[in-house]
Amino acid sequence: MEILVCIKRVPDTAENEIEINSAGNDIERDDLVYSVNEWDNYAVEEAIQLRDKVGGSVTVITVGDEESEEVLRREMAMGADKGILLTDEAFENSDGRGVAAILKAAIDQGRYDLILTGAQADEGAAQTGGMLAAMLEYPYASLVNEIEVLDDKTLKIGREIEGGKQEVSSIGLPCVLSIQTGINEPRYVGIRGIRKVASVDIPELGLSELGLSADQVGEAGSRVKRVDYFVPETGEGAEILEGDTEEVAAKLIEMLKARGGIK
Amino acid sequence: MTTHIFAYIEHHEGLADDSSLELVNAARKIDPQAQVTALVFGSGDSLDPLCQEAAKTYTEVWKVDKQELAYPNAEIIRGLLINLLPKDGICLVPHDTFGMDLAPGLSIKLNSSFVADVVDIEGADGDTLKTVRQEFGGQVSTHVNCNIAQGAVLTVRTGSFPADESKSASGRVTDKSDAAESVEARRTFQEVLEAEMGEVDISKEDILVSVGRGIGEEENIEIAQELAEAMGGVVSCSRPIVDAKWMEKSRQVGTSGQTVKPKVYLALGISGSFQHMGGVKGNPFIVAVNTNPKAPIFQAAEVGIVEDLTDFIPELTEKIKEL
Repeated sequence: MEILVCIKRVPDTAENEIEINSAGNDIERDDLVYSVNEWDNYAVEEAIQLRDKVGGSVTVITVGDEESEEVLRREMAMGADKGILLTDEAFENSDGRGVAAILKAAIDQGRYDLILTGAQADEGAAQTGGMLAAMLEYPYASLVNEIEVLDDKTLKIGREIEGGKQEVSSIGLPCVLSIQTGINEPRYVGIRGIRKVASVDIPELGLSELGLSADQVGEAGSRVKRVDYFVPETGEGAEILEGDTEEVAAKLIEMLKARGGIK
Repeated sequence: MTTHIFAYIEHHEGLADDSSLELVNAARKIDPQAQVTALVFGSGDSLDPLCQEAAKTYTEVWKVDKQELAYPNAEIIRGLLINLLPKDGICLVPHDTFGMDLAPGLSIKLNSSFVADVVDIEGADGDTLKTVRQEFGGQVSTHVNCNIAQGAVLTVRTGSFPADESKSASGRVTDKSDAAESVEARRTFQEVLEAEMGEVDISKEDILVSVGRGIGEEENIEIAQELAEAMGGVVSCSRPIVDAKWMEKSRQVGTSGQTVKPKVYLALGISGSFQHMGGVKGNPFIVAVNTNPKAPIFQAAEVGIVEDLTDFIPELTEKIKEL
């Protein structure tokens, strides 16, 4: 089975406090720690496990700048066979449709049975997989938390739905699936693993190689545009308890007692 | 400008989802004069009562009754919507596991714009619709402008717009079953598997000590367990803890886990995403302990403590034991 996994380099929210820059047009990116989008890491692990079961290959692909190469290499160190970097100045500030169009152009140049994305990334839109599937005219399922290969043409899949339930379906190949966290346990990648793939060639494809025109992608092709970042004015929020640890604990205990929090 | 806006009505076991009352108010924020049509898709006897109910909130209701809609398979529904919706309309869908499945592809097929997980709408100015959404797990908000000249599909976060409880629309129900031509779906629904129950039913507990990613290491869950025991409650958790296989799925609070209604909810190292908070009902006394003072949990909590969990929690436990 030829599997393609679409990944993204994102600021790691577990490692960073996200702050808005003084102009209000972006987040402060100077000291951010970046990593592969968490959902994508599960998608790559799933692809590797499927390949190891039924044969074939795993390709990881991303739309981004030169620095995105590091997440491709990280996922290749996990076990992906190939990496492709889709990069061009014209791709900057693409909206969801633009990103999906870039990926589609690259997919049209290959032959893949199964395309995986993470269920969502840093923007929380959960849109790339569904858009890509529609452009490719492939069936789609989101929030997939189980995959079983039935035969060369069919998968049995589970989708995570509300209340911890699982929706089970069959889906025809080729298809696009967006992967939910928890589907597997992504393997650990050490420095040595990354060194091993440090010199593997990663092809870079831009606007002309993909046969795209500048008005389809980037700022020019976007119908959806982020205007600014802001912190909404909300209610007062929590009363923050001040003092040393002992004082804070004593204050909290009084509050908990009053609210039935200690039996 | 009058815009034709559609609201997709989700329903389960014959009852309309809460979002059905909220989407109409989202539509009014796009255009107070808009004609808003409810889309009620399904099959069988429960469909007509659902349409009658929707007609109390929406002036127009389009009913699509087909056998293959007995279960809401987004692949089938997308195909029907493509044949039914006008190209320049605006279609609102709840941002939940169904909406995420349906909506992005629908926007491509309708050649319209797409904005996901809209939390507010600041109106339309000509062809520009001004929406608000969040990024980075709710840590920052953004204004997003969407060109609606060729229509739009928006997914709307549940609970972001007030419910219209007036029931005063006396709308008209039109059967569109024949106009919506079926398409072949390559995804076939088989069954829904119920969530596994654990030894503890967190949905019935009054005191929950809930742990999130900020707990850091699996061993640290023990300090939360000791606190829960001292308080007379039990331990629950957020999604990353289950993903890491540190606790069972039955202990997970959130839209994809359990809905809980405790009196007291202690959130330890939980950032407070809308998916997590969506599972906390009944207006409990929420205490958040987190090292990141910007975490969204501090908006939901009544009391906040910005301290390291591994220092603070054992101290708190000791003091409670001394009582």
